[in-house]
Amino acid sequence: MSLTVSESLAEALKHVQGYIYPNDLNLWWGALVVLYPYITGLVAGAFILASLVRVFHVKALEPTYRFSLLTALAFLLVAPLPLLFHLGHPERCYEVLMTPHLSSPMAVFGFVYAWYLMAVLLLELWFDYRKNFVEWAESDPNILRRFLYRVMTLGVTDVSERSLQIDNRLGQTITVVGIPSAFLLHGYVGFIFGSIKANPWWGTVLMPIIFIFSAMVSGIALMGLLYQTVSKLRKAPISMDCVDAITQCLFFAMILDSALEALDWIHRLYEAEESIDVLVLLAAGKLFYSFLLIQVLAGTLAPLVLLAVTIIFSNRLSNGLRRVLNLVSCLLVLVGVFAMRWNVVIGGQLFSKSLRGFTTYKLGLIGNEGLLMALALMILPFIILGVLVFIFRPWGRKT
Amino acid sequence: MKTRRDVLKIGGIASVSVCVSWVLRPLATEAEKVANPPRSASTGTYNPTEHQWRMVIDSEKCIGCGLCAKACKQENKVPPEPYYFRTWVERYVIKTSGKATQELRGETVVDSPNGGIDGFAPSSIPAEQVLRSFFVPKLCNECDNSPCTKCCPVGAAFESPDGVVLVDKNYCIGCGFCVQSCPYGCRFLNPITRSAEKCTLCYHRITKGLWPACVEVCPTGARIFGDLKSKTPDNPVRRFVKEKKVQVLKPYLGTNPKVFYAGLDKEVR
Repeated sequence: MSLTVSESLAEALKHVQGYIYPNDLNLWWGALVVLYPYITGLVAGAFILASLVRVFHVKALEPTYRFSLLTALAFLLVAPLPLLFHLGHPERCYEVLMTPHLSSPMAVFGFVYAWYLMAVLLLELWFDYRKNFVEWAESDPNILRRFLYRVMTLGVTDVSERSLQIDNRLGQTITVVGIPSAFLLHGYVGFIFGSIKANPWWGTVLMPIIFIFSAMVSGIALMGLLYQTVSKLRKAPISMDCVDAITQCLFFAMILDSALEALDWIHRLYEAEESIDVLVLLAAGKLFYSFLLIQVLAGTLAPLVLLAVTIIFSNRLSNGLRRVLNLVSCLLVLVGVFAMRWNVVIGGQLFSKSLRGFTTYKLGLIGNEGLLMALALMILPFIILGVLVFIFRPWGRKT
Repeated sequence: MKTRRDVLKIGGIASVSVCVSWVLRPLATEAEKVANPPRSASTGTYNPTEHQWRMVIDSEKCIGCGLCAKACKQENKVPPEPYYFRTWVERYVIKTSGKATQELRGETVVDSPNGGIDGFAPSSIPAEQVLRSFFVPKLCNECDNSPCTKCCPVGAAFESPDGVVLVDKNYCIGCGFCVQSCPYGCRFLNPITRSAEKCTLCYHRITKGLWPACVEVCPTGARIFGDLKSKTPDNPVRRFVKEKKVQVLKPYLGTNPKVFYAGLDKEVR
């Protein structure tokens, strides 16, 4: 064991409040396990936004369609890394895929991940881009890129009208299958926590549903933020129809999400089971800043008000102001959803299963579960996204 | 010009081959087992199907000396830090209600300094405020419906045919799911092996006909251990459940613990 972990636990021992089971001092799941649901949530949310264009024909969101798919892919590629790095034995990770113990929700990870990556995202991208790949394989001035595009056609170079129609139809079908798959991907992550009956903060049937809706909220917010930022970087005009549509989608998804989370609390407070005392102490004490201030106030109520104002007074607000309000709301929501993941994962381990006391958590700077690693894993998908945008040119050739 | 159909054919054959090999893999493992049976079965020294181990706790007999927790640490090389335990002892002090309140009893104060290994210093609560005080030894409850084995993603945590929940530390991936799933806080990730660890009822001892270390050193007989399949007429575990009213910890969770307690108070979790 590294000295730093040992020292931080010895320090934590001094700050224990009440009585905790001795093994509950350590938080077995740290910052990386916070990142995992955050990142998969962004994947699922970004995909849902893309499917609004493909399946529900929301024309205004078209500028974000391909970009959303690429964002989902970039984040999905990084999603398993935090899980892998937090393992005690990362070198044995393949056992989850080779000898999955099927009564464990965690064992399903390989199947859900492979399905979502291979059968949904990559296929949808391929059907959507195949015509472009064939074109670019001929026309790109760079020989390496021409080769790359040729490989990505997978040898299917038929671009007849009928063939493209089939591509379109298959892409459509995959998106339709993709929506429940996105729900499955993130609902399953929620189920990992929701199925732990030992922990009253986690073990609720609402957990997977809350995870799904918060995923939609975070993914839409990410795309809102990225769309405006990248458009600025590209010096491309920002479609106000698109910004307004994102505002509306975000607002409605947030209404659902916040209603579910409120329902969770109302239910807990009304039923007032054995654990309620420790949970109230947790929310109002240990999690005062990250739950009440950041998640509820700054991450939920504030953006709800801002989005509502933007929608209600859309005729009176200038384009610039609507863009700023959209941007600020998206940022607040992203911070709020991150705080929600933090409060679930870290908060759920701050109280002991004795329900009589609290331990503490201090995020270290270095090490497998440290701040630097978490930051690196959070930056990595954006770098991958940059590469993907360079290769896939979601806005056409001039980008 | 290749069409989608050509590509699908190649992809389809590749996927089917992968699936078939994956499905056949367990069969290969089974065949290997038949060819090379486990050593214990072949030598006949210990057959887990011939035993059914149980530990039961008479908490009224526990004096909080902590020898059990100390012996466990030594016997099983549990890391010495005061936050890794396979077994520990809790002290419950239930205060008097005071004259002003309507309550029958006052606040409950629980502690377990260093898991009780060094014994317990006299409580800081003045004697006149103490309604009653008692000790409760804690260990893995060897649940019949154990959430920890159910949630293990690779099956490294399992229930042995002799009723003991075990972890294969050479197979465990160290994800910590089982640690989170145990409602009793009985598991931890060993910082040296980086695998999950828990009370095994001293499996290395009981399979040789010895008692678990904690039972061996308990001076008052608060920990009672036995084999339900033992043919001896006076089985201590069977006698215990015949003579005592027993309870389990957190029964509402449906984990069906196999460790029974006598003399528990409602405050014990």
